[in-house]
Amino acid sequence: MNVRSAIHVASAAVFSATLALATLALTATPPATAADTIDPVADAKAFQKYFTTKFPKLKLEDFVNGPYSMDEGMHRQWEEKEQFPPYEFSLDMGKELFAKPFKNGKSFADCFANGGIGIRQNYPYFDEKEGKVVTLELALNRCREANGEAPFSYVKDEMAALTAYMAFTSRGKPFDIKIPNDPRALAAYQNGKQYFYTRRGQLNFSCATCHVQSPGERIRAEVLAPALGLLNAMPIYRSEWSGMGTISRRFTTCNSQIRGVPLEPQADEYRDLEYYLSYVSNGLPISGPGARP
Amino acid sequence: MSGIRTSILSLAALLQMAGATSVLAASSEADFKAAFAAAEAANKEAGALRNQWTVTAAALAGAKKAAEKGDFDLATAQSKEAEALAKASIYQATSEKQAWKALEIR
Amino acid sequence: MASTIRVRATASGETTEVQALIQHPMDSGFVKDAKGEIIPPHFIRELTFEYDGKSVFVADWGAAVSKDPYVKFSFKGGKKGEDLKISWVDNQGQSDTTTAKIQ
Repeated sequence: MNVRSAIHVASAAVFSATLALATLALTATPPATAADTIDPVADAKAFQKYFTTKFPKLKLEDFVNGPYSMDEGMHRQWEEKEQFPPYEFSLDMGKELFAKPFKNGKSFADCFANGGIGIRQNYPYFDEKEGKVVTLELALNRCREANGEAPFSYVKDEMAALTAYMAFTSRGKPFDIKIPNDPRALAAYQNGKQYFYTRRGQLNFSCATCHVQSPGERIRAEVLAPALGLLNAMPIYRSEWSGMGTISRRFTTCNSQIRGVPLEPQADEYRDLEYYLSYVSNGLPISGPGARP
Repeated sequence: MSGIRTSILSLAALLQMAGATSVLAASSEADFKAAFAAAEAANKEAGALRNQWTVTAAALAGAKKAAEKGDFDLATAQSKEAEALAKASIYQATSEKQAWKALEIR
Repeated sequence: MASTIRVRATASGETTEVQALIQHPMDSGFVKDAKGEIIPPHFIRELTFEYDGKSVFVADWGAAVSKDPYVKFSFKGGKKGEDLKISWVDNQGQSDTTTAKIQ
């Protein structure tokens, strides 16, 4: 490579860094917000209205199918896939795992309301004693640890199988996330919301960049899902992964895809994010486990 | 992406050829160590803000690898790139604390 | 051990539509594990569907087919209540077989 093109390439690198900074600077002035009161009810209303307005032909429950509701060709593929879904093996494994007793004789059913059946739509919830958001994945591993068992990895395999089974027992039930009248719960909700809209990674994307600004459009070969109903189908068998993945897996891989170093699975930010995203999809049915491209 | 890696190497070549900064004319091991320490410190600060970039880690690793091979010019150039990336990630985290509100659905 | 083959065969008029989902790693032999070592190739070589003693569908597969393959096809004939036999053999000599009733 001769000097001239070397200079062009090198300056391009510097230029893109400064361009990124300039873009950040240009958008640094936020609109004047009313008093900083956190109003999840109003947020959820506005959130759902945004998407139903954008996609007037869809019924509210259609949003849980993500990209398959965004594109007719993909919808036909989804209908076929649903006849013989690839998550079946994981679902069966999850059912077995869930029933299998721990070494001390207890089982997962002892840790959850209603024996863990038909309760997935209540997660995450805000634990007022602990002052933190508890997700289903976190609750499952805490159950294991409380009973002398080693925790599972948060991203796949057993955790995916277990959450697949629990989601399956809740199929059709609407998300019913509660935010108690506790400033810490409101703060966690707000924290999750902030995470969702904050740009990160070298590619300077926020979750909203893809899932609010560009649902139905493509990022390379993939059709983007709307943020409304985004978690309802989790966990998912993703063809790209040739396997199942949990909410933790999707959050961490989304981060690394935009060149941000992912946080630890079940980090506070991720749990708060899950809290926010689940709450604004209240009323939409659980459809998990799901399949995605 | 390969474009970025090419630009890192070209940056080093450019700096060598241009002869305008202290990096050129054979960076010493001391130069590398200083540049690397600065990059690591910036990346650590980004870590405290919970906003490190994967490419920063890659540049740091590349710098270390070059240093191990004794190529302190490349190692120093990569360290400086890493520092620039880390600083950008700090700027991003700081400005986004307010800027995120502009994207919010109302 | 549970079967690796899930199948649904539906007769309608003169044709029978078959769908099958097979649990198999289908390792190509080109992928490395976390330690950097090649995961040895392990994939289905031949997949056969038999009805009334005859092969109605035979697939010769290789490394390019992905994990947990899904197959869908139709064949002429096939009556409700009759058996459909499915079997596969892989490159490591492992195999599995199952029989399902056409619905």
